[in-house]
Amino acid sequence: MQKIISEINEIVQDEALGKGSIIPYFEEIQGRFRYLPPEALILVCEHLNIPLSQAYAVATFYHAFSLRPKGKHCMNICMGTACHVRGSPQLLDRLETKLGVKAGSTTRDKLFTLETVNCLGACALGPIVVIDGEYSGQMTPQKSDALLRRIMRSEEKEQRG
Amino acid sequence: MIHLTIDDKSIEATAGRTLLEACRENGIQIPTLCYHPALEPYGACRLCVVEIYKEEQSSRLVAACAYPCEEGLNVKTNSKAVQRNRRVVAELLLASGYDTPEIVALASEFGVKEARYKMPQADSCIICGLCVRACKEIVGISAISLINRGINKKVSPPFEETSPTCIGCGTCVLICPTGYIKLRDVFGSHSIYRYSSDYDRAQCRICSDLNMSSKFNQLIEGVTSDAASYGISGDQNG
Amino acid sequence: MANIISPVELDPFEIIQEAFKGPDHPSITICGGTGCRVLGSEKLSEAFREEFDRQNIQATLDFDIKTTGCHGFCEQGPLVVIRPSGIMYAHVAAKDVPEIVERTIIGGKIIDRLLYMDPQSGEKIEHEQDVPFYQFQQRVILDLNGLIDPQKIEEYIAEGGYTALQTVLSTMPPEQVIDEIKASGLRGRGGAGFPTGYKWELCKNQPGDVKYIICNADEGDPGAYMDRSIMEGNPHRVLEGMIIGAYAIGAQTGYVYIRNEYPLAVKHLREAIAQAESNGFLGRNILKSGFDFSVGIKLGSGAFVCGEETALIASIEGRVGEPRPRPPFPAEKGLWGKPTNINNVKSWASVPIIITRGADWFANIGTGTSTGTMIFSLVGNINNTGLVEVPMGISLRDLIYNIGGGIPNGKEFKAAQIGGPSGGCIPAEHLDVHIDYESLSALGAIMGSGGLVVADEDVCMVDFARYFMTFTQEESCGKCVPCRVGTKAMLSTLERICNGEGKPGDVEYLIELGEEIKRASLCGLGQTAPNPVLSTIRYFRQEYEAHIIDETCPSKVCKGLITYSVIPENCTGCMVCLRDCPENAISGEKQKPHQIDVNLCTRCGMCKSVCKFDAIMVT
Repeated sequence: MQKIISEINEIVQDEALGKGSIIPYFEEIQGRFRYLPPEALILVCEHLNIPLSQAYAVATFYHAFSLRPKGKHCMNICMGTACHVRGSPQLLDRLETKLGVKAGSTTRDKLFTLETVNCLGACALGPIVVIDGEYSGQMTPQKSDALLRRIMRSEEKEQRG
Repeated sequence: MIHLTIDDKSIEATAGRTLLEACRENGIQIPTLCYHPALEPYGACRLCVVEIYKEEQSSRLVAACAYPCEEGLNVKTNSKAVQRNRRVVAELLLASGYDTPEIVALASEFGVKEARYKMPQADSCIICGLCVRACKEIVGISAISLINRGINKKVSPPFEETSPTCIGCGTCVLICPTGYIKLRDVFGSHSIYRYSSDYDRAQCRICSDLNMSSKFNQLIEGVTSDAASYGISGDQNG
Repeated sequence: MANIISPVELDPFEIIQEAFKGPDHPSITICGGTGCRVLGSEKLSEAFREEFDRQNIQATLDFDIKTTGCHGFCEQGPLVVIRPSGIMYAHVAAKDVPEIVERTIIGGKIIDRLLYMDPQSGEKIEHEQDVPFYQFQQRVILDLNGLIDPQKIEEYIAEGGYTALQTVLSTMPPEQVIDEIKASGLRGRGGAGFPTGYKWELCKNQPGDVKYIICNADEGDPGAYMDRSIMEGNPHRVLEGMIIGAYAIGAQTGYVYIRNEYPLAVKHLREAIAQAESNGFLGRNILKSGFDFSVGIKLGSGAFVCGEETALIASIEGRVGEPRPRPPFPAEKGLWGKPTNINNVKSWASVPIIITRGADWFANIGTGTSTGTMIFSLVGNINNTGLVEVPMGISLRDLIYNIGGGIPNGKEFKAAQIGGPSGGCIPAEHLDVHIDYESLSALGAIMGSGGLVVADEDVCMVDFARYFMTFTQEESCGKCVPCRVGTKAMLSTLERICNGEGKPGDVEYLIELGEEIKRASLCGLGQTAPNPVLSTIRYFRQEYEAHIIDETCPSKVCKGLITYSVIPENCTGCMVCLRDCPENAISGEKQKPHQIDVNLCTRCGMCKSVCKFDAIMVT
């Protein structure tokens, strides 16, 4: 806890983020911690002298920010139009079923966060799934099964150590 | 002075006036919901839309509360297009407000009895933002804000917990058009339902009324206790 | 490379032009757009370099090996073009590189199997300039995308970059710049099409010393990625346009507001700004003219509505992305209350071209009211998915068939959605429309940012409309009643229709609601959200009626109205679908025809996609 607070304080003191708005601070914190801890909102507000209610409104408005920690593996499915006509809804269905969560949620074991994302602009390769920052194109429900299996296998390996 | 035409009447307005203000000054009625003279225009409810005609352009609907008076503007406050639009907006308000007497009455004024689309749950909050804006612009505390986005938008203190900064002044209660925000007076304590913690009741140091939150009372402690300088007589005690 | 010079002392053009070998120098250009990168193009430049080393030929065959911006022909990626000859190889993998070096670079021969084959003629095409996809385009803004390394300012300069800025700062007063932009007829390429020169003039004429300009790179339309490709492939051109604009308007600070989902574009932009600064094109006393201007980057945070000007401004100011009523417009009262001019990426990128080639040249392209070129992202059910730049006024037919290569798998064209979730669809009967702002508007569509999604005969237009409505409803900021509640009401109705629960009167309700939402909404999002629904009803009403009255989905897409079943004659009983069905809805024994329990089946389509015997039927 102390560690989180001291790291956040470091970010808050960063001059390069400017004093114009909370958003660059939130981006930095979200990038570092993969979510916005409540302490982050409080400390940034104190530093910038803005009401906490405004920070909370911003944190809940923009999809880039989450107030709950994300899972270890982030799966983003592109819901762009080109991907849509190439079958991304079936892909989403499949992943929701396999992971047991609806898009926008994290699995109970905190391993996976499943999200939809607006067009990534790699339309020739649709449907696209981005997992942990890596793009996988021309995905099908079967390929996504294989992808999940691969990740689970490496997770098990890690656990066995 | 700016010269424009509203409902075929020649109107003169001082520069900077909005269409709504000009209408009110000239006895022309326009329905409003999210507008309040003490707050910045918000333009969210869209009930105050009027039809404007500018040279060479086809007419369009604009919110009278925010649109400034312009030289030569031709305005219709109750045309067919305006009426059609207000009916639809009223019907949309009824989508969640079907259990709220004030909204049902409002919709009825525009001839809307039933909403063709109903939200799964009734809700008296119509996201007009008056409470949030008043807390920010008048009271200056911003204890509450509008959180989330789109259809999930709602009024809430930070983290959806009772606000640490709310002073229980009750401005939000007074300004809320549907009675969604309630003042709770129970056993001598005073709070804003859902938003604040309980405060003790105190006596207003200016008018001696006993319906003040102690926290609010503390806030105005620094203010002079000489009520006369405010033109307020202690005889207004109720 | 040359970043050690003090910009005030030396002329950056001289230094850079000396150091650079020249644009006709032999080069191997590898497409580095996001699409090609996903397919592995990043490994290609390394592979080429290694092969050159291995063969020890760099001294004799002095080729520049570089990764450029998006070439545009995304369907064929990864693309490699050898210049100056223009030999184009498609779908290149790292393992192809040694052969390319051996046979083409050293041996001067063409590798047939790596050539692009035109699906309509069946012929293989050797040179980029002969590929129909490129031949019918007029690449003006995208001209350098396949030529230069976007991470090297000297390459942009060698191609004439920043000379427009030099011309402006040394010979043209601000009013003259604005006149030139007005004369060109350039209209805002973000979608609204407002005349850019007039927009600049409005801002310039505002009182006050502090002004801002903003580049709107919050390209949120699903299926549109032109702006991203320009930012990735030639960020300097955008910067040059912004500097010229800032000079004309009288702004000292500019911001590029760019989606955080575009990390490569952000990276290239950051580098470009740093390079421009150290070479004297940004900062104080630019090119010794006395003009000061600096640019910062602001990242979007995942809100489509922030593409709207006042919501964008709110976002930069650290508030939620809610629009506000206009007037006052940003030109009068924008960022932090100051006069602000906002333009789209493509608009800014057009500026240096107009200055260099002249307003008349620009105005001669396109139609009378819509001049210049437009960049479209051609996606969906189309053979040649990619980015195309065409003169305004081109017919939709030419775009789809000559450039797009027609519809894949022998299917028929059904409609083209232009303008994304704010736009409308153009059906086959209007294929001959000449694309410009007014003609599209007359058909119920909008130019938008340039996203063009092609739908073939198998697309259900009701589902298509529902898809767009889902998007806009999700992205609504929630401030005003018509958009917040109205889009939900429309979406809910569409969902019922797609689920087989449509009622008579639903179409009329959608029309009525849609039209009033358009008129009453506070901002452009709500004002255009009903467009896809209204336009699909206009041209494909029979599909809506089939869903509601006949309770069928003619395209067999809407889950609530279709049934999956096994064709017993074709089923071999392989049990693959049985195992893969997520709902365990399929039963059967080995080598006996299987059966689908319609009560358990969720119509996910998994069985159909795994069946190798065409034994699954959708009715």
